[in-house]
Amino acid sequence: MSGHESTYKPASGFTRWLDDRLPIVRLAHDSFVDFPTPKNLNYWYTFGGILAVCLAIQIITGVVLAMHYTPTVDEGFASVERIMRDVPYGWLLRYVHANGASFFFLAVYIHMFRGLYYGSYKAPREVLWLLGCIIFFLMIATAFLGYMLPWGQMSYHGANVITGLIGALPIIGEPIQTWLMGGPSIGNATLQRFFSLHYLLPFMIAGVVILHIWALHVPGNNNPTGVEVKEVKKDTVPFHPYYTVKDGFAIVVFLIVFAIFVFYMPTVLGHADNYIEANPLVTPAHIVPEWYLLPFYAILRAITFDIGPIDAKLLGVIAMFASIAVLFMVPWLDTSKVKSMRYRPVAKQFFFGFVACSLLLGWCGAVNPDDPVIPLGEDKLLVSYTDANGFVATAEFDAYEEAVAEVESLPADSGASISVQKAPAFRFVHLAQILTVYYFAYFLVILPLLGLREKPKNEPESIHKSVLGGHKSSDAALAPAE
Amino acid sequence: MTDATIEHGESVDEERRDFIHIATVAAAGVGAAAVAIPVVAQMLPAADTKAASSLEVDISKVPVGGEIRVLIGGKPFFVRHRTAAEIAAAEAVDVGTLPEPETDEERLRPTPSGEFNKAILVTSGACTHLGCVPVGPGGGNLGDYGGWYCPCHGSHYDTSGRIRKGPAPSNLPIPDYRYVSESVISISL
Amino acid sequence: MSILRIIAAGATAAALAGSAFAAGGGAHPHGPAEGFPFESPLGKFEKDSVQRGYQVYKEVCASCHGMKLLSYRNLGEKGGPFYDPEYPNANDNPLVKALAAENEILDPVPNEFGEYDFRPARPSDPFRSPYANDAMAATANGGAIPPDLSVITKARHGGANYLYSLMTGYPSQEAISYETSPEGEFLTVIDPSLVRSSGIYAEGAGGHGDVGRLIQPLGQYYNPYMPGDTTAQYEGDPRHPPKGGFLAMPPQLTDGRVTYLDGTEATVSQMAYDVAQFLAWAGEPKQQNRKSLGLATIAYLVFFALLLWFSYKRIWRKVEH
Repeated sequence: MSGHESTYKPASGFTRWLDDRLPIVRLAHDSFVDFPTPKNLNYWYTFGGILAVCLAIQIITGVVLAMHYTPTVDEGFASVERIMRDVPYGWLLRYVHANGASFFFLAVYIHMFRGLYYGSYKAPREVLWLLGCIIFFLMIATAFLGYMLPWGQMSYHGANVITGLIGALPIIGEPIQTWLMGGPSIGNATLQRFFSLHYLLPFMIAGVVILHIWALHVPGNNNPTGVEVKEVKKDTVPFHPYYTVKDGFAIVVFLIVFAIFVFYMPTVLGHADNYIEANPLVTPAHIVPEWYLLPFYAILRAITFDIGPIDAKLLGVIAMFASIAVLFMVPWLDTSKVKSMRYRPVAKQFFFGFVACSLLLGWCGAVNPDDPVIPLGEDKLLVSYTDANGFVATAEFDAYEEAVAEVESLPADSGASISVQKAPAFRFVHLAQILTVYYFAYFLVILPLLGLREKPKNEPESIHKSVLGGHKSSDAALAPAE
Repeated sequence: MTDATIEHGESVDEERRDFIHIATVAAAGVGAAAVAIPVVAQMLPAADTKAASSLEVDISKVPVGGEIRVLIGGKPFFVRHRTAAEIAAAEAVDVGTLPEPETDEERLRPTPSGEFNKAILVTSGACTHLGCVPVGPGGGNLGDYGGWYCPCHGSHYDTSGRIRKGPAPSNLPIPDYRYVSESVISISL
Repeated sequence: MSILRIIAAGATAAALAGSAFAAGGGAHPHGPAEGFPFESPLGKFEKDSVQRGYQVYKEVCASCHGMKLLSYRNLGEKGGPFYDPEYPNANDNPLVKALAAENEILDPVPNEFGEYDFRPARPSDPFRSPYANDAMAATANGGAIPPDLSVITKARHGGANYLYSLMTGYPSQEAISYETSPEGEFLTVIDPSLVRSSGIYAEGAGGHGDVGRLIQPLGQYYNPYMPGDTTAQYEGDPRHPPKGGFLAMPPQLTDGRVTYLDGTEATVSQMAYDVAQFLAWAGEPKQQNRKSLGLATIAYLVFFALLLWFSYKRIWRKVEH
């Protein structure tokens, strides 16, 4: 906290000597030992610590895997399998790294939803939120680059699709795409530069994480009430041991779930096609990104129409990038004076709608957009033939037998054939379009307007008062997210 | 200290001695140590590297008076077919005068019939001084003792691969090898 | 408790991801009735079966399918089908040497004349490739390159169950008839109602009475478990074509195709079971290590979580929060 004075007292001659020259122990002490932290943080607030662990796991396993990986189109796939087979504990390191990416995203999404729910992006924490958005964007970039390295079918064709998106930009798109790939298509040059960047970006993430923690420690933590700390003595506890042990517990529980995946279903979050070596001549039946990018993929595919001079492809790309860009604007879009949605009954409903919207978008991203969600009627059979006057005629049937009887009753030279007349349906692409509208409306319409119109409940006077007496019962009803 | 710490400080200090906290910290230490195992062990030779650590050599293809050089796992080895004169020279040396006393026979391995094939000498190809690869029959310089000469710092080896002169501290080591048949040897690291 | 919700969130994400990958037009694969022994969290490979599976691979599959990520030494490494504790280094295992030497491979190292000779394989050599390159493989198989089987169980939805289903799922003779079309073409016709696999029609299709006929394309073979689309080849209600697809590989397993060295009766399902298990091992030779290390890791983490929980309760006991 900005106002809080350092309580570090060097105990030995050496630490005193060091403290005069480089007060690094003091910094650590003030940041992670004696840092006054609101006493009412719930388990949703442990995901910051969980994410730090995720980043450390990814960097350590990643550096180690890079000792064995060969970034060439000829050997990339085999070198990954060599890690799985021949390198001591290589299978463990690789499965931890691959599943670690998924769990990193799982944790970051929970962390972001928590920030949105409790209004952690509001003054004075706007910069904290912006830095978080930058981290998220870097994570997406890193994950995309890393997914290419195993050089499987999904690696190749996924990279092809995503670099193709950049090519959709007018005028500058294609030169940028070629520059990015280092040639006319994804190839060895692309793989090598993606490997290099995949190694670089995590360290940039680590750098921004340090800024993120710095920006957190200036105003101090937000908390589930959204009420700022008034009296340090009553409202806070020192970070250590109170939150080291609480975060530690949450981290270990998270690791248990992680371990279940790593050891007992290590490939369930991946795609079987990525165990087929990349083949530029054969595209897999369904190209889907990893699960954590499915909502954005759904937004990309939801735009199937042109608007004016902008064609659907470019519009989809714009929508997808906008869905991430809009997160950066959240601190200025939400006009409410009240931080925590605990005290915003209407906003809370919209928030849970937004969570559901995000999950459903993920579902839409995973399936074939033309599949029906709700079929409206049955598919019919269409018999088309040339009638006696030389015109093309059609007849509709429900039963196959009737259609066959019709065909047989027609003269042989009518060229009769049976085809399927698809029934109208509410399809996944329609669902994705509605959800996309809600996604953007939540940020661009609901948050700005609701903040002005909603009548919030009374906030507690202080953190201290909120945790005294009766909060157990009232809070449980107020904050189901806890 | 913040006031909160003062408020709870006393109890915290007392708790630090609690068994449960000691156990927790100890368990964390055990976990951290366990995590270090795979991270460190992955740098050990991989299974395919180990599999490439032995080689079968057909000694019938080594010309008399010449040698062949093989790499096993990247390390050089000499297989030399010695002439009668070279064998005689190797055996004639007074072992007691050598820097590292070894008889020629001690530096050979028996064939399947139990005999010694004195014509074939198998040694490491790395000078025991600083690891340079000595020059041999193919390089035109056999050194002062007819065996090998290391050009880096001037070590001379005799026809049994024993150090005779120069800075190298010991004889060229004999690798782990055995006769698979009368004409094939298998060298392992 | 909130932790449960967190786990639920993880499970939701997993389910979401799982639904993403449930694509494909084949019938749902199923394993042998009694299941595979390695499937359960602590399951192990049945060594005898993996050995027999290698024999099936060697005698049946290997003439078209390579396994370039495996070396003969893998057979004798710990966890492998021919591991012998007496030879911790598989390269010294005489059985593995003999198995390797059964295969003639092109020596990657040239002889003294600079030419490449054929020689018996050594344990450190990779499995013999049936074709020198993809072009040769395609030409020999009517344009379809037989996939490498090294990681086939990881590269197909359903893994070993899929392979078992595929190998046993070809239509039997009673479902196949031959006729000549009015144009004089020779046709192979499959009656899907006689294909003895459950659920080859999409749900709800049975009520339409739409049992049609499948015309097998030349050089292609119908299999209800092969992901694909049969619509174009189906004479029947086009809204409900049978599941499955066509592949270039004819049915391979017939009773007695191999003579097992251990005397096991070589039925089609036995061979499919064995080869699927062999390929499951080959796809991930370290999976037994993975499962046993997982048990230890999770046991440790649960224990550690309990300690932290009690520590947490103790530290926070005087703080109202």
